[in-house]
Amino acid sequence: MRRHDGARLGEDFLVETDITMDNNPGTIELHIPSRLGYEKIAMNTAASAARIMGFTDERIEDLKTAVAEACINAMEHGNKLDESLSVGLVLSMNADSLEVKVVDTGAGAPGHGITPDIDKKMHEEEKARGMGMFLIQALVDEAEWVSSPRTGSYARMVIHLHHTGE
Amino acid sequence: MQEKSTQVKLDEVQCGPGAFITVMRFAGDITSASETAVLETYKGLPEDTRRILLDFSKVEYLNSSGIALIIQMMIAAGKRGQTIKTFGLTPHFQKVFTMVGITKYTSLHPDEQTACAAFTA
Repeated sequence: MRRHDGARLGEDFLVETDITMDNNPGTIELHIPSRLGYEKIAMNTAASAARIMGFTDERIEDLKTAVAEACINAMEHGNKLDESLSVGLVLSMNADSLEVKVVDTGAGAPGHGITPDIDKKMHEEEKARGMGMFLIQALVDEAEWVSSPRTGSYARMVIHLHHTGE
Repeated sequence: MQEKSTQVKLDEVQCGPGAFITVMRFAGDITSASETAVLETYKGLPEDTRRILLDFSKVEYLNSSGIALIIQMMIAAGKRGQTIKTFGLTPHFQKVFTMVGITKYTSLHPDEQTACAAFTA
């Protein structure tokens, strides 16, 4: 089964979904405009897939935060908040894991997920913002960032059904 | 589609004998779009405010930019000699706050009563 849908969400923004279910695993693709707030569409789509796969509520909450942060990074740093550029979400539902790719048109993520130093933040020696990549790394089982401006840079995240914890 | 706006309601509660405690009750989303709602509301508190409770029980969506605003508010509170305690975060966001280290500067409590009592403990 392959289905392609588009939904117009006011102000001429289009969210497109592409669901491929010929074989198991299934793949779901979603394209959202680079507009802050729209990351919630990606976040809730990923959560729905995880729920269908049987992930616990705790893992679903982890995934929601990770996907939202990856989308915000893609919008802000990858697509420079250009609302004409879309952020792609590719969900691959495997037998025991869910892989999520968040794709943008930029040069990739700015650096790596540095552990925030709350003392430096409180003393204004470090920016209060800039915790997104750290949270992604901390909340999913696998996280990587691939820089490929020509074909689309992406963040790749994986959560496993049989998570063993820290 | 618009982001769900941030609502901040100010309350004063008395926990046992002593001065009133200011409660900032957040509702809706806390994101980068919440700067005015969060920081301007905080700046509007009287200078002599000493004890502040943050109520997250009606927050529907919180991201790292929103957490950064809370940190900025805590920086300002530190400069004013104010103490902040927090309640109403979901278990997930209690974990996230702990991960980023905020718990070094505010204690997290399950409900208002416990948070209030922590001021007098």
